[in-house]
Amino acid sequence: MYAGAATGWYAALRRLKRALLTRVIPLISVFAAFSFVVMMFNLPLPGGTTGHALGVTIAAIVLGPSGAILALSIAIAIQALFFGDGGISTLGANCFNMAIVGSLVAYASYRMIAMRAALGSRRRVVAAGIAGYLAVNAAALCAAIEFGIQPALFHDAGGTPLYAPYRLGVAIPAMMIGHLTFAGMAEAVISAGIVAYLQLSDQALLRGTSGIVGVAAVTSAPVRSLRRLWIAVTVLLLLTPLGILAAGTAWGEWSPSELAHAAAVPPAASPGASVPSGLRRLSTLWTAPFPAYAPGFVHSRSFGYLLSAMFGVGVLLCGSLVAQSIVERHRRRGSPA
Amino acid sequence: MSRRFLESSATGFARAITRAMLSEETARRRGLVQALDPRVRVVGLLSLVIAVTLCRRLSAVAALFALATALALLSRVDLLMLAKRVWLVVLAFTGVIALPAIFITAGNPVAQVGGWQITQQGLRAAGLLVLRVEAAVTFTTVLVLCTPWPHVLKALRALLLPKEAVAMLAMTYRYVFLLVETATQMFESRRSRTVGVLPGPERRRMAARTAGVLLSKSVALSDEVYQAMQSRGFRGDVRVLSEFHLTMWDYAALPLFWLAAALAVWKGR
Repeated sequence: MYAGAATGWYAALRRLKRALLTRVIPLISVFAAFSFVVMMFNLPLPGGTTGHALGVTIAAIVLGPSGAILALSIAIAIQALFFGDGGISTLGANCFNMAIVGSLVAYASYRMIAMRAALGSRRRVVAAGIAGYLAVNAAALCAAIEFGIQPALFHDAGGTPLYAPYRLGVAIPAMMIGHLTFAGMAEAVISAGIVAYLQLSDQALLRGTSGIVGVAAVTSAPVRSLRRLWIAVTVLLLLTPLGILAAGTAWGEWSPSELAHAAAVPPAASPGASVPSGLRRLSTLWTAPFPAYAPGFVHSRSFGYLLSAMFGVGVLLCGSLVAQSIVERHRRRGSPA
Repeated sequence: MSRRFLESSATGFARAITRAMLSEETARRRGLVQALDPRVRVVGLLSLVIAVTLCRRLSAVAALFALATALALLSRVDLLMLAKRVWLVVLAFTGVIALPAIFITAGNPVAQVGGWQITQQGLRAAGLLVLRVEAAVTFTTVLVLCTPWPHVLKALRALLLPKEAVAMLAMTYRYVFLLVETATQMFESRRSRTVGVLPGPERRRMAARTAGVLLSKSVALSDEVYQAMQSRGFRGDVRVLSEFHLTMWDYAALPLFWLAAALAVWKGR
């Protein structure tokens, strides 16, 4: 999880470095301190209970996703390290779930719902509330998946789980019930409430990520350049479930066992219905990390497909970030000083 | 009800400040961990945390927990405070998570409570989970209690953490206290003006407005800090002063930390 979070931190830090570093350091630091304090707020919720918010949504709305990732990561690190509220060993996972996934989901859903609504419009308040609810639940779902796959990944010979003891079927409902109700609601209440307050008192803070004004927030400009990438990734993710519905085998992607079975092969491609010796030899050379798109530890094929898609998209994103940095480096070298 | 929510938030803020004060006090005492170079403390104790996460046997994790407690004792950490603030809290939180595992983990039955079977594998899984968290958090607490925060930050540079990240951690820590104090004052002033019971939506609006005011103040504060940094010549290059010097004792302690970690991982395979 540290490796996953590190990729996000690295990308966010690099983009912020390109922005005005002198301005960014105090802004992120003070915002991290603000997020830390907001996490301590005891929020009264509908139904007479109280809950704690994360503050990730308002950070994403004011700072943009890169700034929010860093501010939340720092707030979580201070909480874990100094106030002992979380373990160091789980810091990577916490930052990945809450800071990275939370910020990206909050920012994307806020922008998608708010569209280009006026800064003082009611739509922005609703968008912030929904974004807060979705962000906290997305982070919780990630944590539940991380917990749920552990018993299958780490257990001893006697079947004793070595880390988290609950499978996905238990971990997901256990995590999500609390977040779908109280935690999600707390984040929605604080995000919508703060946006409503800022609309009355300090609209300039909402301008950076509003998408309607030429003046950008300190951290939003680099994100804009990646907009097409995000759209493509979102479309890919949305199309993922279609793959589950598709039946049969992709043409030309037959395994040796399928090739041996004449029924699986289209007539034009099955002159002898026997397995070519070259294919048999080559098939042992490479085993995919997620064979047949479904990891061995996942019992549900559909869920395995989704998990594989998420992994694939993650790899694609990392690859594209590396490619972007190489292209930019070349461009900088080529341009006159 | 409205007073209770205001009071509980203010109490939370006060608790955070008290904790910080306590850490400063423990860090000033003369003890085993305090005598080491902060970089050795950070690297050594984090190696032991990693060892805790890698151990697969209950006995090895228990040995590391005993080592953490011994280090706390030798560093003159108040054990009663450690028990109340760390061990019991971890037991309560992780225990609640681990308890159902005793019953629902498949394996060899060892006892029966009501209609529920307790399995050997379930007991081991729950024990490993609780003990692992106890040991890791005890090591971290010993490190944080025995080391002033600025030293922890400087030592993190030894772990190749970027200078910008260290600067942001240091600045955040500085402003957490200022903002906690501001929030406490806002809650207190509100509490002194609140009579009777406010309806739920009004309470939520009050909390959100307080957070909103705090946000505006934070951004204004960051502007002032930025201007102060610029007026002192800050141009984006963060410099971290390092006055740490390794002694013979440090050179001896670091291999000992690593030896203990390696031994635990090897024996706990």
